[in-house]
Amino acid sequence: MSHFIDIAALDDIPRQGARVVKTPSGCVAVFRTLDDQVFAMDDRCPHKGGPLSEGIVHGTQVTCPLHGWVFDLATGLAQGADSGSVATHAARIEGGRVLLSETCLRGRAA
Amino acid sequence: MKQRLVVIGAGMASGRMLEHIFEAAPDAFDVTLFNAEPRGNYNRLMLSPVLSGEKTYAEIVTHDAEWYAARGVDCRFGEPVVKIDRANRVVYSNAGGVPYDRLVIATGSAPFLLPVPGKNLPGVVAYRDLEDTQAMIDAAAPGAKAVVIGGGLLGLEAAAGMAARGAEVVVIHLMGHLMERQLDPAAGYLLQRDLERRGITVHCKGATKAILGTDRVEAVLLDDGTTYPADLVCMAIGIRPETRLANDAGLEVNRGLVVSDQMQTNDPAIFGLGECVEHQGQLFGLVAPLYDQAKVLAATLLGTEAAFRPVQTATKLKVTGVDLFSAGDFAEAPGREDIVFRDPGRGVYKRLILEGEKLIGAVMYGDTADGAWFFDKIKTGEDVTALRDTLIFGPAFSGGAAADPLAAVAALPPEAEICGCNGVCKGKITEAVAGGATTLEAVRAVTKASASCGTCTGLVEKVMALTLGAAFKPVENPPMCKCTDHTHEDVRRLIKARALKSIPAVMQELGWKTSGGCASCRPALNYYLLCDWPFDYTDDRQSRFVNERNHANIQKDGTYSVVPRMWGGVTTPTELRAIADAAEKYAVPMVKVTGGQRIDLLGVKKEDLPAIWSDLNAAGMVSGHAYSKGLRTVKTCVGEQYCRFGTQDSTGLGIKLEQLLWGSWTPAKLKLGVSGCPRNCAEATCKDIGVICVESGYQISVAGAAGLEVKETELLVTVATEAEAMQAIAAFTQLYRENARYLHRVHKWVAKVGLAWCRAQIEDPETRKALADRFEESQSIYRVDPWAELAAKPADWAPVADLSQPAVILGAAE
Ligand code: SRM
Ligand SMILES: Cc1cc2nc3c(=O)[nH]c(=O)nc-3n(C[C@H](O)[C@H](O)[C@H](O)COP(=O)(O)OP(=O)(O)OC[C@H]3O[C@@H](n4cnc5c(N)ncnc54)[C@H](O)[C@@H]3O)c2cc1C
Ligand code: SF4
Ligand code: FES
Repeated sequence: MSHFIDIAALDDIPRQGARVVKTPSGCVAVFRTLDDQVFAMDDRCPHKGGPLSEGIVHGTQVTCPLHGWVFDLATGLAQGADSGSVATHAARIEGGRVLLSETCLRGRAA
Repeated sequence: MKQRLVVIGAGMASGRMLEHIFEAAPDAFDVTLFNAEPRGNYNRLMLSPVLSGEKTYAEIVTHDAEWYAARGVDCRFGEPVVKIDRANRVVYSNAGGVPYDRLVIATGSAPFLLPVPGKNLPGVVAYRDLEDTQAMIDAAAPGAKAVVIGGGLLGLEAAAGMAARGAEVVVIHLMGHLMERQLDPAAGYLLQRDLERRGITVHCKGATKAILGTDRVEAVLLDDGTTYPADLVCMAIGIRPETRLANDAGLEVNRGLVVSDQMQTNDPAIFGLGECVEHQGQLFGLVAPLYDQAKVLAATLLGTEAAFRPVQTATKLKVTGVDLFSAGDFAEAPGREDIVFRDPGRGVYKRLILEGEKLIGAVMYGDTADGAWFFDKIKTGEDVTALRDTLIFGPAFSGGAAADPLAAVAALPPEAEICGCNGVCKGKITEAVAGGATTLEAVRAVTKASASCGTCTGLVEKVMALTLGAAFKPVENPPMCKCTDHTHEDVRRLIKARALKSIPAVMQELGWKTSGGCASCRPALNYYLLCDWPFDYTDDRQSRFVNERNHANIQKDGTYSVVPRMWGGVTTPTELRAIADAAEKYAVPMVKVTGGQRIDLLGVKKEDLPAIWSDLNAAGMVSGHAYSKGLRTVKTCVGEQYCRFGTQDSTGLGIKLEQLLWGSWTPAKLKLGVSGCPRNCAEATCKDIGVICVESGYQISVAGAAGLEVKETELLVTVATEAEAMQAIAAFTQLYRENARYLHRVHKWVAKVGLAWCRAQIEDPETRKALADRFEESQSIYRVDPWAELAAKPADWAPVADLSQPAVILGAAE
């Protein structure tokens, strides 16, 4: 079982928005949906490295701010005609705090 | 010898049976017809229009005295049958006995009364016959208070009828939504809203505890303590088969009088018909199946083989102006699937219930035109798998593809109005086309259709396509995005018309198909809302593209550019020094002069943005909005102040214009140029709005482009003074803000609505002033520097947590 790290209060992340967590191997974007689910994935678009944390969050998807690829927050998979995926990390809410799985600290697929 | 046929009950079912009998064999029977009501057969369904005043009783009589006389029917109206002597085959009323060879019991239903205290008070009525109807008519004077208990078909018709006569009506309904037997909650909600618009109060989940009053009804008390004063109470909570006579006669009765497929009871000489019967466990409350029974029974009595097979029934509520249709079965059950269509903008709701490959139920509200078609599918039980994808769109789309998308327009009569703004009807457009106007522009010029707000453009094009056939190629106007079927124009119109003031309200009320919209519709909705409701709507930052959310342009490497405003392209040594200091302090990799006459600091890190903004703010500079769908730059030339050809103060006017317009959000970016003479050094004639100064004043031209497309501006107006120029430009900007589709630059929008229309708005002094005033109202909110506001919370711009330090990781992990 992986450990979870308390990273922020839920309200530090805007609804339909994201905040970034710095890790040794790059930034992780932590998203909050309209209905207060949280998701985390690497903050790097597989297309040309766009910061996904700056994308528009709609439903449980995010649209990359640079060229509009859309990713599913739960699976990290690119939607529609585009193909590619982003590494996701477990995240959950407990008592108004956002917890992020420490797997995000381990080495990532290059 | 003629057989003696006695009929108990002169209602709708027996009336129909008699018609069949007399038609097929006029001399087969001597008929005696008893009726408890003091009248013969009338159209009971039509009591509602009588109640509402839309019809008179005389108009709803089905069989009058003459009809009965011509057929030799012995009418015993107002004479209820009190006993059946089966052994001797005689029925008795209080006036005596009548022998029969064949007996038909068609006593209909009795209204069910709530067993609450006060139910027998004068002023409490049911809704079944003319007497009840008359009592309601008498009570429903304007201002009188009526309470209807029961929000089903009958109760609502009673309520609407009394409301139409001016009474203040409250409907108390036990269940969570109206007509729950025919409607699902969504349709029930729409119905409730429509009734409330007619002034009817609807109280759902209301359980009646007592009817209060001493000599007469005075009020209705509910379980939750609510009381509603009442001069009249109508109980319309249900009916039960009228089986008392049959029961007393020892016939087989369950919930209703039990009949066979031939409508025969367990006594071979006695038959049952209508709402009083039970056939294979089923009761009936609508006339359609009763008419089938009447046909079968007539045949049976005449010795022809026939069998009753219950058919599906469909319901329509007979309240003028309420369009509602329900048929079949729509209870939730395993193996059933729903297809739902909503267009709350038009108050339309449709739901189809499928079981396997069959359609088994349909509920429609607001647009019931296809009801009959669906009903037919339900009755035939045909396999609808192949139609499934487009089934809900009805016959126009049957077969999986649009049979003819123009059919609806083709069906419009020539006098149907197409363009509301200019009152142009279909016929006028057809005429114009016949007269040689074959393009949209030409039709506009000749008829003015779609020349104003432009929202009817699609319709005009359809009329043209119908007239011109394949020769006409309409301009496409697809829906906003995959989340909705509405076009941008429709959404804009509905936001205003329905006073929708938040993104969730728009999505709910306009039936968005996704829960949170998408990256394409949300920014558009955010713009439309802030434009239309500057005072009520709060900008939704999360619905903005990154640049507008962060008030800086994102670069390919995730850094940002910072462009401070340089009003009219004019700067000072102090400003330049502050820019230079900031560039050094934040190690800005590139400082560049832009094509918009100002300076760009490129490559700034996100977390440095608040600090660099603060520094620039401190030197008196504000955001240049180089990132926004809003005012960008006003380029100027030096003008009369220094230039030997300059005619007016083009620099000064440019600065004033930028100070007037800055901070405003527009459908797409807005760029201006002001040149001091026609040499046009500020490139004003390829801007969204350009001003060329001349000796006599200012030529304002619009709709230029110099980006993806290159296009020269076209003259809008020429004015004499600087003040007039400013007002005309503010007004034009507002016209663009209020009417254009999101992301359309001025030139694209003008191409759609026509320059002539824009000019007419700006030339009319009143319209111009009103537009300029609305612009100024909006600017009272938006003429602010976003940098100053955002720099106040630098924490928002940094990572929310930093796990890159090993110590932190150990500390936080458990
Ligand atoms: C900085 C600048 C180029 C420069 O170094 O001079 C520039 C830079 C960009 N332009 Fe531009 N445009 C700049 C002047 C222009 C001009 C010239 C002008 O304004 O006089 C034009 C042609 C005039 C026009 O707009 O019609 C121009 C037509 C475009 C277009 C095409 C727009 C169109 O509707 O055809 C785009 C793309 C878009 O907006 O979708 C664009 C988009 C962009 C973007 C925002 C691309 C982007 O989305 O990231 C660039 C941002 C760079 C940055 O991070 O700052 N830029 N761009 C100029 C900034 C002016 C300013 O001070 O604000
Ligand atoms: C206001 C209103 C609106 C309606 N709207 C619709 C609608 O839109 N669509 C629809 O399909 N249906 C509607 N209905 C229902 C429809 O009217 C009935 O289904 C239909 O009238 C039943 O026909 P029937 O012949 O079985 O009974 P009825 O038409 O009720 O006739 C029975 C007759 O028997 C008489 N009777 C009873 N007992 C005795 C006795 N012992 N001796 C002598 N006579 C007796 C009664 O007085 C009555 O006149 C509506 C009903 C009402 C009241
Ligand atoms: S256009 Fe020519 S004359 Fe006019 S201001 Fe510019 S330089 Fe001067
Ligand atoms: S970098 Fe994300 S879509 Fe191009």
